[in-house]
Amino acid sequence: MTAILSVSDLHVHLGESHILQGVSFDVPDGGVTALLGRNGVGKTTTLRALMGLVDRRGRVELAGESIQAAATYRIVQRGVGYVPEDRDVFAGLTVAENLRLAERDGEPRYELVYELFPELRQRAKQRAGTLSGGQQQMVAIARALLNENRVLLVDEPTKGLAPLLVTEVARVLERVSELTTVLLVEQNLGVVARVARDVVVLDTGRVVHIGPAKELLADTSMVNRMLGVA
Amino acid sequence: MPALPVPERKMSTLILLTITGLGLGAMYFLIASGLSLIYGLMGVLNFAHGAFLTVGAYGAWFAESKLTAVSVLPRFLLAALVGLAVGAVFAALVELVLIRPLYKRHIEQVLVTVGLALAVSALVVAIWGNDARPFVAPSWLGETTSVAGAHIPNDRWVEIATAVVVLVALNAFLRRTRYGLIIRAGVENRAMVTALGIDVRRAFMLVFAIGGVAAAIAGVLSGVYFGTVDPARGTSLLIFAFIVVVIGGLGSLRGTAVSAVVVGLVQQYANYYASSGLGDLSVVLLLGIVLLARPGGLSAKLA
Ligand SMILES: Nc1ncnc2c1ncn2[C@@H]1O[C@H](COP(=O)(O)OP(=O)(O)OP(=O)(O)O)[C@@H](O)[C@H]1O
Ligand SMILES: [Mg+2]
Repeated sequence: MTAILSVSDLHVHLGESHILQGVSFDVPDGGVTALLGRNGVGKTTTLRALMGLVDRRGRVELAGESIQAAATYRIVQRGVGYVPEDRDVFAGLTVAENLRLAERDGEPRYELVYELFPELRQRAKQRAGTLSGGQQQMVAIARALLNENRVLLVDEPTKGLAPLLVTEVARVLERVSELTTVLLVEQNLGVVARVARDVVVLDTGRVVHIGPAKELLADTSMVNRMLGVA
Repeated sequence: MPALPVPERKMSTLILLTITGLGLGAMYFLIASGLSLIYGLMGVLNFAHGAFLTVGAYGAWFAESKLTAVSVLPRFLLAALVGLAVGAVFAALVELVLIRPLYKRHIEQVLVTVGLALAVSALVVAIWGNDARPFVAPSWLGETTSVAGAHIPNDRWVEIATAVVVLVALNAFLRRTRYGLIIRAGVENRAMVTALGIDVRRAFMLVFAIGGVAAAIAGVLSGVYFGTVDPARGTSLLIFAFIVVVIGGLGSLRGTAVSAVVVGLVQQYANYYASSGLGDLSVVLLLGIVLLARPGGLSAKLA
């Protein structure tokens, strides 16, 4: 299977700390690859490094072309979408403006977005800062889906959501994964089990496991050891 | 003209002070709006903003001195246009040449802008001397209009009207255009704007150019107000513009407008009713009070 995204020996320093210490993994084309690990091991930093949002060293290839030296906006223009951990919707802009800002070259896929999130159509004129956390998450995902991407980096989309919304987000992720490859950071193993085909597990800045999601999730002792959950 | 009875005289003085204060506030707004946008979007404290005013004012003055064949009004308007263009181009170049290479290095940016401010006034002094140079404006601007017994110099109306037009235009630009959208979003979260595939640096240059035009307008209007252009005016107005920006909330256009009006009025009233010279002090006091009550300024968001 070809890799759409190939990461090797990725290093990130933040302040005095060596946060990523040579992270290497491939994201195969199609489907969802989950990036797992305990709190603070560097999952968010990995995604931010791939997006060029932090200084990084190492090799990153998107469909065989190197992007590790590119500016963030160029990485996005080459087809990498990003849904950040804390959503980062523009609070002072309306929902419609948040989406309009995300429009790139090519026809924006409003039909797809409104089919997945009909609520956003009704709330088009509402300021994003006044939306609930779940609604803000929809805006953040919708923003990334508006354009055709080769790979979508999604950071803990279910964080802080009520169980019903978690299911809803999982359903959206399933649908999205039919359209683009997804690299998903996710703590909720139920969601991982439902959507992910492969997993990459990080521990303190290093990859400690790569394999099929089913295999990892079936092995309780391995899950405990690597993710520290009961 | 017979002297007015005391209550009317008090009233007409108040009106004159108010209109003059608004005119001063208008000037502050023209300088502060650019400062505020630049800080809000880029995190740059632009100490060279007074130099934009100076460059615009001298650009207009220089053009005026070359356009002697033209009659006063078209000459003034043409010269003003030249001043605005010079202000815009100069500001855009400053962004491109001095600010951009120092992206995110805020201390260096401050040093560079301070250095540029000093260099521009030194250069202007070297070329045209330390003295104020007379700036010719249509004579109507020097005449007065009576409002309820107060004789208001006409240039005050022009200052106020110009600032209102700039405010409305800037607001429309921010609300209705794609670049406006990018700037409003960038003031909130610049990194996320780039993470949507947008090269936010183009907006940086635009914001500088807009700030340069607005400051140059203030330069031309202050030329009309004082009847001269002079090398130190940019710096002295810039100090108050900074206070206006801090009171108004960095990055907020509406906050800047409100704060400019308040500062202009307070300064005028205090100078007259307390004692001349207390105007500046009262503005600093006002700054202290606002910062204690609302550390983020009057408004924390871009309006
Ligand atoms: N700006 C910074 N300066 C220094 N250390 C930082 C900085 N940002 C993050 N870190 C540290 O880097 C490490 C990795 O953080 P990161 O956010 O990538 O973890 P994470 O795996 O996403 O955690 P979580 O599951 O809690 O979201 C943490 O120990 C964090 O404290
Ligand atoms: Mg994280």
